[in-house]
Amino acid sequence: MAEIPTPYTSGTPALKETAEELRARIPGWGVDLDPADRPSYPREQPGIETGARWDFPERQPEKWPRERSVEHAFVTPVFGTSTPPKGISGALRKYAYRKYSEGRAAHWLVLIAADRVDAWESHLRSFATLRPDNPVTETGVLSEFSHHGASSRVGKKRADINHQWIDPILVGAPWALAGLGAVVALRTLRKHRPA
Amino acid sequence: MRSMVYRGPYKVRVEEKDIPQIEHPNDAIVQVKLGAICGSDLHLYHGMMPDTRVGMTFGHEFVGVVHEVGSSVQNLEVGDRVMVPFNIYCGSCYFCSRGLYSNCHNVNPNATAVGGIYGYSHTCGGYDGGQAEFVRVPFADVGPTKIPDWMDEEDAVLLTDALPTGYFGAQLGDIAEGDTVVVFGAGPVGLFAAKSAWLMGAGRVIVIDHLEYRLEKARSFAHAETYNFVEYDDIVVHLKKATDYLGADVVIDAVGAEADGNFLQHVTSSKLKLQGGSPIALNWAIDSVRKGGTVSVVGAYGPLFSAVKFGDAMNKGLTLRMNQCPVKRQWPRLFEHIRNGHLKPSDIVTHRIPLEHIAEGYHIFSAKLDDCIKPLIVATSA
Repeated sequence: MAEIPTPYTSGTPALKETAEELRARIPGWGVDLDPADRPSYPREQPGIETGARWDFPERQPEKWPRERSVEHAFVTPVFGTSTPPKGISGALRKYAYRKYSEGRAAHWLVLIAADRVDAWESHLRSFATLRPDNPVTETGVLSEFSHHGASSRVGKKRADINHQWIDPILVGAPWALAGLGAVVALRTLRKHRPA
Repeated sequence: MRSMVYRGPYKVRVEEKDIPQIEHPNDAIVQVKLGAICGSDLHLYHGMMPDTRVGMTFGHEFVGVVHEVGSSVQNLEVGDRVMVPFNIYCGSCYFCSRGLYSNCHNVNPNATAVGGIYGYSHTCGGYDGGQAEFVRVPFADVGPTKIPDWMDEEDAVLLTDALPTGYFGAQLGDIAEGDTVVVFGAGPVGLFAAKSAWLMGAGRVIVIDHLEYRLEKARSFAHAETYNFVEYDDIVVHLKKATDYLGADVVIDAVGAEADGNFLQHVTSSKLKLQGGSPIALNWAIDSVRKGGTVSVVGAYGPLFSAVKFGDAMNKGLTLRMNQCPVKRQWPRLFEHIRNGHLKPSDIVTHRIPLEHIAEGYHIFSAKLDDCIKPLIVATSA
């Protein structure tokens, strides 16, 4: 009769290597074997020394009404000041924070929608500047030629090859659609221009 | 100053920005010398993290020199060479005072479920990050630490996230002597988790990925047994067979939101953003750990729901443990491991990219070109 695998009996599986063999082969094997040597054991360590000399930190001045989760009692004393909300995307973001808690899918879905709107607003805005968005340089796609784009993929057993073709569509399709829209709009205008 | 700027999904560029200012008495401004792109930065780059705004500067792994300090800062001086943990935290709230630095309640008005992280969307507090020449560092007396003289800057930058997160992931597994540990993902965090599992006495460490060059690194750097899941019809069944049908004692998910291996899961999350993350590795972890075993999750996921096989986790009596790593808690012990030669974090660095070429850096890392494992970003002024 064939040997019965481990989980069907009470025995424990045999070790492939002994502790001595592992210690000889792996630098530092077992130096943290004792949980007391592991810095996150136990998970909570009340009274841990952090360097803070305050019970509640001084408040950072709010330069604009800071959006906040409704699950917070107030705006936290310290916060980031990168990229204040602006435009239609900003209005969507403020709505998501004001209306929905973090527990609601709508909160996150509206924020994701605002991200897409923000990208569009920013692309359009960039065309009115001396440095319009450039999908070639900003995607870094030219590194395909300088950093072995083909040989990094061809003949390799990579699971991501089956979906990488979607990436150029995600990046390029909105630009193609915008171009198409511009052509259609121009043609329509020309058609309706008085002779 | 020169600064990386997000321009929408898959697009970044370098722009001129104002040098950040002191906004709170315990702030410092740090001149960045060396930064890195983290695998989790790719979730932002791909537009997966809600409230990622055009114009934001990413980067939560960086070291540099103190350029300016606020009026209440006592522990740092201008000119100090510092390493900055990716967590922004106050040190005094309910959570910080218990050591849960990554769960600080005083630094992120945008969400209560996550603390503050440099350059990681407004969902993580709306702070600009360190892929720039200068960065604002809140709570300078709490987070940053002077880099020891003996420490290499490349090792120091990897101590700001990747190494502590991998080490923490192994700790979450509650590894006992002789345990079989499976690590999903042979990226920087997975490699460090595998290496750390040995320090905690694992008897067998198995790493799973689909990128052959990373599996080679897992063998040479982390002394691990490796399997490429593409070569198996069902990696879970293979792992069961490899463990005599028992399953692993501990499984670590070091992949997170953009896991590959199931087209539908990947596309609905990474491409269509209909899930908080692609839970392929997490589901494989649940299925390949033994009953009563532990699944440790250090791969990052977005806040939206994901299709996780929770029923199996419940029926198998699993312990699921997870968190963002409280980085600074790991440092004293990791410093010892580096000094004693047990760990050499910079061994995983494959690319050193000037800040001006960061768009190429993101593409190389995202598309896994050129056997890329860990790209560092060298600041313009460094």
